[in-house]
Amino acid sequence: MNIIVCVKQVPGTTDVKINKETNTIIRDEADIIINPFDEYAIEEGVRIKEKVGGSVTVISMGIPKTAELLREAIAVGVDDAVLLTDKAFAGSDTLATSYALSMGIKKIGGYDLIVCGKQATDGDTAQVGPSLAEKLGVPHTTNVRKIEEIKEGYIRCQRMTDDGFEVVEMPLPAVITVVKEINEPRLPSIKGKLKSKKYEVKIFNADDIGADKSLCGLNGSPTQVIKTFTPVHDINGEIIEGTAGEQAKNLADKLLAMQFVKCK
Amino acid sequence: MNYFLTEEQEMIKELAARIADEKIAPVALEYDREGKFPRDIIKYLADSDLCGVYIEEKYGGLGGGVLEMALVVEELSRACGGIALAFAGTGLGAFPIILFGTDEQKNKYLPDIAAGKKLAAFALTEADAGSDAAGIRTTAVADGDHYILNGTKQWITNGAEADIYTVIACTNRSKGARGFSAFIVEKGTPGLSFGKKEDKMGIRASSTCELIFEECRIPKENLLAREGMGFIVAMKTLDRTRPGVAAQALGIATGAFNAALKYSKEREQFGQPISSFQAVQHMLADMAIQIEAVRCLVYQTCRHIDSGAKNISKEAAMAKVFASDTAMRVTTDAVQIMGGYGYMKEYPVEKMMRDAKITQIYEGTNQIQRNVIALELIKESTRE
Repeated sequence: MNIIVCVKQVPGTTDVKINKETNTIIRDEADIIINPFDEYAIEEGVRIKEKVGGSVTVISMGIPKTAELLREAIAVGVDDAVLLTDKAFAGSDTLATSYALSMGIKKIGGYDLIVCGKQATDGDTAQVGPSLAEKLGVPHTTNVRKIEEIKEGYIRCQRMTDDGFEVVEMPLPAVITVVKEINEPRLPSIKGKLKSKKYEVKIFNADDIGADKSLCGLNGSPTQVIKTFTPVHDINGEIIEGTAGEQAKNLADKLLAMQFVKCK
Repeated sequence: MNYFLTEEQEMIKELAARIADEKIAPVALEYDREGKFPRDIIKYLADSDLCGVYIEEKYGGLGGGVLEMALVVEELSRACGGIALAFAGTGLGAFPIILFGTDEQKNKYLPDIAAGKKLAAFALTEADAGSDAAGIRTTAVADGDHYILNGTKQWITNGAEADIYTVIACTNRSKGARGFSAFIVEKGTPGLSFGKKEDKMGIRASSTCELIFEECRIPKENLLAREGMGFIVAMKTLDRTRPGVAAQALGIATGAFNAALKYSKEREQFGQPISSFQAVQHMLADMAIQIEAVRCLVYQTCRHIDSGAKNISKEAAMAKVFASDTAMRVTTDAVQIMGGYGYMKEYPVEKMMRDAKITQIYEGTNQIQRNVIALELIKESTRE
């Protein structure tokens, strides 16, 4: 069973800096970590491998520094790490990201299952997983909280819903996105850390994966961020006091004065 | 401070620190209150390869020595000195095998210890044999291919929880300390049972209990070294584990200092944080100076031992005495800085003060350690 886990670099702090021209997050200046939901995806990938055999490869699209994060995945039992990095990928929205990842995954090839975290903690869109499945033409299930069975060409999993869960069967290859209820990610081991120190992350640029640059980065992103801002709370509420009758009269007078309502 | 640790030692320290902060600290007060043995924490240590840091690579360990063991003990003890003891007590039980075991004995026992599948314990102390270890009454009598053990060991760390016990027993009463021998006894051996679990002041997450041997037959191949070597096995082992006690004390002191420093910045009296008062500042400075001095002595003593030095008793004893006396002072001062809150069980320093006390007592009281140090000093000066 060959498993590919998609991981994203996210800012490790809440102190995020924004590029004023592109309105995207400045990633190389922030302290980056693996998106916490992706830690569960990595753990699940490694658990499946330990159960049924095979290999786990992590893939990410990001700045060169992301390679260091991918090493952390090697330290917890992942076999290979691939980083897609190119100026052409800068400013990607979820569509361009899933395109680039799909091209990278096609280059790796021979996969049975792709595991993603349900969403990233920076954008919170939860779109890349399903979008990636569309690009690859394979089925997907989101918000997986448990894999009940997995074998050659078949997976049955529990998909978390607001009021319980659904049991979903799919043929493989397929994409799943996982929620934090699925497992408890392990800590690295010393032997794993020593291995990860020596490991060389495979680096691919847009040309290496045969990506059409018009579909990458800002060019390939129909989502254009026009403006980013921190919402300001400048509404000062007024509390109307008095008896119920006085309050009602007071409120009605104010609404009339502001011409929100009219007297017939 | 740069302690000039190797890259691998840094890794070990960091990973142990992560387990301490993420896994131990949240449960330390509960395990102390309930006297709960930390099986779940051992699993984390095992999965991270930390259980075998001091065991040779060919037996599944990481090939480190006393320093690697101390680094783990220190970090774990920062969060809980009692929980750390499941690891440190196993080291104490394993070192007789590491130092004196045959290849066969090492192959049989060390890989499981390194993998964290089995815990070990060391059984020397008896009701009438504490500081005076020569007072051991437990006997081992040869009987064909076996030895038959009879007697009761007391206050055994990891007792009842450990799978492998190294036991010092008397094989020839007439020879005194030279009549002792060391044996490996596996849990489950008929004739080995466990007595009451002690209700202790501190290190409450650690199991301490009696080992009772009643016509306990063990195969002759479980003898460590030779008959009559038991006292030497015990002394050489303790020379290597006393820096571990020192590291435990160091960790406890560091944990208490960190809590007191944090509190002093948050607690306001007379309209300002108490850290702005010189009385508190000087206490904090003195605590930090002592801790730093302990850390330097402990690490350097470990390096001295790991270098293969022959005479290590004095150095190991010095580290143990200095670290444990410091831990007692620092934890007491931490309680003082935190005042009424420090005295309450919902804050961690009260527990740390209780945990620190044992480090002045076990693996040789600090009074006995000073005897060892002084005798060595006198011997050395005579040699010169």
